[in-house]
Amino acid sequence: MSDAGRRIDIRVPVLARVEGEGALEVHAEAGRITDLRLRIYEPPRLFERFLVGRDHSEVADAVARICGICPVAYQMSAVQALESIFGVEPDEWVRAMRRVFYCGEWIQSHALHIHLLAAPDFFGYESALAMTADHPGEVRRGMRLQALGNEVMALFGARAVHPVGARVGGFHHAPAAAAVRDLRARLEAALPEAEALVRWAAGFPLPDNGQDFPYLALRNGADYPMNRGRLSASTGLDAPVSELADHVAEEQVPHSTAFHARLHGEPYLVGPLARLNLNADLLPTETRALLGETGPALPSTNPFHSLPARALEIHAALVEAVRLLADYRAPERPHAEVTPRAGVGYGATEAPRGLLWHRYETDGSGRVTAARIMPPTSQNQARMEEDLRATLEARGLDAPDAELRFLGERVIRNYDPCISCATHFLDLTVRRR
Amino acid sequence: MGAAKPGARPRVAVHKLSSCDGCQLAFLDLGEDLVRLAELVDFVHFAEAGPVDPDAEVDIAFVEGSIATPDEVARIKRIRANSRYLVPIGACATSGGIQALRNLHDGEKWLAEVYPSPEYVESLATSTGIADNVDVDYELWGCPVNGRQVLAAVRALLWGVDPVPEQDKVCMECKRAGNVCVLVSRGTPCLGPVTVTGCGALCPAFGRDCYGCYGPAENPNTEALGRRFRGLGLLPEEVARRFHFIHSHREPLRSAGRRWREDRGADDP
Repeated sequence: MSDAGRRIDIRVPVLARVEGEGALEVHAEAGRITDLRLRIYEPPRLFERFLVGRDHSEVADAVARICGICPVAYQMSAVQALESIFGVEPDEWVRAMRRVFYCGEWIQSHALHIHLLAAPDFFGYESALAMTADHPGEVRRGMRLQALGNEVMALFGARAVHPVGARVGGFHHAPAAAAVRDLRARLEAALPEAEALVRWAAGFPLPDNGQDFPYLALRNGADYPMNRGRLSASTGLDAPVSELADHVAEEQVPHSTAFHARLHGEPYLVGPLARLNLNADLLPTETRALLGETGPALPSTNPFHSLPARALEIHAALVEAVRLLADYRAPERPHAEVTPRAGVGYGATEAPRGLLWHRYETDGSGRVTAARIMPPTSQNQARMEEDLRATLEARGLDAPDAELRFLGERVIRNYDPCISCATHFLDLTVRRR
Repeated sequence: MGAAKPGARPRVAVHKLSSCDGCQLAFLDLGEDLVRLAELVDFVHFAEAGPVDPDAEVDIAFVEGSIATPDEVARIKRIRANSRYLVPIGACATSGGIQALRNLHDGEKWLAEVYPSPEYVESLATSTGIADNVDVDYELWGCPVNGRQVLAAVRALLWGVDPVPEQDKVCMECKRAGNVCVLVSRGTPCLGPVTVTGCGALCPAFGRDCYGCYGPAENPNTEALGRRFRGLGLLPEEVARRFHFIHSHREPLRSAGRRWREDRGADDP
């Protein structure tokens, strides 16, 4: 393999015929990658089709089922889009509590990603469970934070997976003041744990992997973005969310069921690092101070800095939830009245993995006549391929397949795509010529 | 597990097919209990948690997700062959899940409407539960299942006991919890009278209708409930949609929805 001019055909089906949900195929010639394909093979479930004909009141319960790890994000983008059609303006209580609801999901999802998915890579373990024996404090701290995030979601949604509390206009149910007080106290008590997590994550040996790419996130100029803002990108883009499709083109490629999206023709990044790069000035004061102390320096174009960004967002979400739940009072009614009408509406919020965009059309009775959903994974997919290409070439394609495969898995896992599990099945094929 | 070798820890696999990953969280959200469980059993395959060995022989295989691609048909046969107990978990695995809504329509046509190049996508026209494809030993229902359910199942199976399936309807649990009935007091079309419990009657406790995510209870009277919904002012097509949502491929919800849609002349959405 050291002789790059030699014609070599290597096929390494490391895990023969498993899944096929995430596989990487690399074609190399003379030490350069000539073709690289990240195959995301999540079976299609046709949500955009079966939402058609459904009443607006059914959409939040349906779209939660797109992802068990970030159901709140799907619900929040959907209700926002439908509210924009119906001209519903949720009041201040609903807006604040939706932000808390979202904080819960960030805490849960980021804690799960850092501890159960990413950390074992850095410590040389197969899994977080295997890591627990040697690093019980860190793993258990992560699980406690994950559980707290789940509790926040359950406060508003009765359960953390496919919560049942969200509706167009607000919530079905307002939590009782006593439950809020109890949870808020525990969130506050967890702040030092989140701070310790940020410091721990800042010490991970992250690959030095500076790259050149545009990134995109919401920005509203008032608070760190979750469920409101305009599209903002490193390219200078500043546009309402309704215009995303004017700037981003999605294309289907033969090797993947996730579409490839490009921003003005370029692969781009969404997610925690994109948010942090564009909105660090809007972090809560305490989190900003922690960022200043622990890094990374911003803006960063090392995709691996998504990991410290996630830790910082856990901290920020805790601070936000504690702040927003202070002086909590249950309102008389936890939602605005909704009068359906025909129209087109857009909703975009910041899922843990990045911008999640929905577009709906409804008829006069509030039934969906068209639905389009652009999840973060499809927006990141082209960027993941670029990252893989750069990272593997920088390592050198004469490296052993096992090393290249592990490196590839790490690159993909770092994006925390909604196929997290599939990336463990990375079936690497390198064809060297 | 009665037949497990003395000293040998039971081997457990958690597989994912067409799904949202949400039912695996019943394990991943266990926290301290997950650590304890991992001391009692060997997770030999659980991709999201780390270990990958999909063709390993195991004592218990939990399967999340429905059968929606040709590859999944082949995979579930291998999983069945390699498992002592095969336990589908969640709505997708027990009844095809929300994506089984395609079964009521022309699945291939739907695919073409979502994908500009449907020929690139390998997918079956239907989404079905595991038991529609291979024999299963026990099923955990729910969209999603929760930690209490999976722990109870593991515990029972490890001791060689048949787990006791839930039988009560959501209504029973609701009454025990002292919730105000949303169907009676507010006229909300609640599926509690025909849905099996296990969730904790979460929706009525929040003042809203049950939408049936745990699937049909035994001997549910869908006919009477459908007429009740009609009496509340729902159109036949709206009644049909209540039955055809999370468990549309499961009888008797499937037939009930069909009757309201076809016999009673509702528009096909």
